[in-house]
Amino acid sequence: MTKVDIAVVDYGMGNLRSVSKAIEHVAPNKTVVVTSNPEVIQQAERVVFPGQGAMPECMQELDARGLRDAVIDAAKTKPFLGICIGLQMLFERSEEGHVNGLGLFQGGVKKFNLDGARDELGEKLKVPHMGWNEVYQPKAGHAMWQDIPDGTRFYFVHSYYVQPDDAGCAVGYGQYPDQFTCAVTQDNIFAVQFHPEKSAHAGLQLLRNFVNWKP
Amino acid sequence: MLAKRIIPCLDVTGGRVVKGVNFVELRDAGDPVEIAKRYDDQGADELTFLDITATSDERDLILHIIEDVASQVFIPLTVGGGVREVEDVRRLLNAGADKVSINTTAVFNPQMVADATARFGSQCIVVAIDAKKVDDKPYKWEVFTHGGRKPTGLDAVEWAKKMVGLGAGELLVTSMDRDGTKIGFNNPLNRAISDAVEVPLIASGGVGNLQHLVDGIKDGGADAVLAASIFHYGEYTVKQAKEYMQQHQIEVRL
Repeated sequence: MTKVDIAVVDYGMGNLRSVSKAIEHVAPNKTVVVTSNPEVIQQAERVVFPGQGAMPECMQELDARGLRDAVIDAAKTKPFLGICIGLQMLFERSEEGHVNGLGLFQGGVKKFNLDGARDELGEKLKVPHMGWNEVYQPKAGHAMWQDIPDGTRFYFVHSYYVQPDDAGCAVGYGQYPDQFTCAVTQDNIFAVQFHPEKSAHAGLQLLRNFVNWKP
Repeated sequence: MLAKRIIPCLDVTGGRVVKGVNFVELRDAGDPVEIAKRYDDQGADELTFLDITATSDERDLILHIIEDVASQVFIPLTVGGGVREVEDVRRLLNAGADKVSINTTAVFNPQMVADATARFGSQCIVVAIDAKKVDDKPYKWEVFTHGGRKPTGLDAVEWAKKMVGLGAGELLVTSMDRDGTKIGFNNPLNRAISDAVEVPLIASGGVGNLQHLVDGIKDGGADAVLAASIFHYGEYTVKQAKEYMQQHQIEVRL
């Protein structure tokens, strides 16, 4: 088997082409594969765990392809980037379909309850939270935020957000209208709610940082 | 906080971008990939491609266009036009689309909207509504299909609510009275729909100057504004539009 630098986990949900194309764009010399083969994931140097759609279906499809163990193993052993539902699935449980996640982070996934909240123009806030929002970094910083200024806008599209039990794992916050966690880290895991592969220059910089990350 | 979005729209046929007036009189506006890259450079928040191809022979061209654009432009891409089955949605997503817009099929087979959202998630299903004013007192708008040629008898506001109920994650509302006229969005129409639903609304049809974009958000309650000709023919850049919106207290990504 040829050496795989970056494996993008494919469990049949969503647009993975954009993720792999964006990584290829920032790392033209790396081998990037979109795969549902647990062996390829095991042998890859780095793993990207994307996700789109609903978390119950994502968990179901992950298990249907026998990928759970390979994903958990990768998350514990090598640079690992979760994106969107790929962030949410790392937690213990989700309000969406009351499904259990992989439990790598303690805490749950909650639905936005905006209850008549309005923006600065007096317009009601919509769900999904869709579009470009500012991401605030905690003071300590993180190698994955290199060359990305505090408050940079990234592209979001989601109706649920993660609520870690331990706030110490949070490395990014958004506001809609209350503060919510949009990036977490733990050892070799970095996971984000927004879509770096759709966030223009800022997103490409984050992917570049991931390709170079030495946790 | 969340920025309001500017979405340049590219009408595509036969592999080229074109622009019509009131859905007819098409003029060539250029190569899709080049135009997409230019808008990305200018700071466009998303791009929408509408396949207005009349024949199925040419239909597959849009897949190649999306593949080409998606490998060079890293912002969200929405594709619409001729989407009939859940399988069409899958093919477009696999080609690199992030969202798929469903229009005529939603009217004739609403279940398809429900099936597509159940399979791929609400976040990637946009329902496009082409509406025309049928009454002034009080305002009333009717949904049209087939690129604005066929009346449906459906009330646009009620229809919007039904589509969101079936799972649509966003609405793209085009005023047929305004499309290509450059006299501004139909803000009463957009306001009526935006206030009636919980999902984001993209206003479309009628932009002639930058104040129209501001009005679309402030008066029409739109979460995003879509425009074609003011950008295609170089009257304004996306960046100029965003700076103008910011001067008018609208939050944008600059």
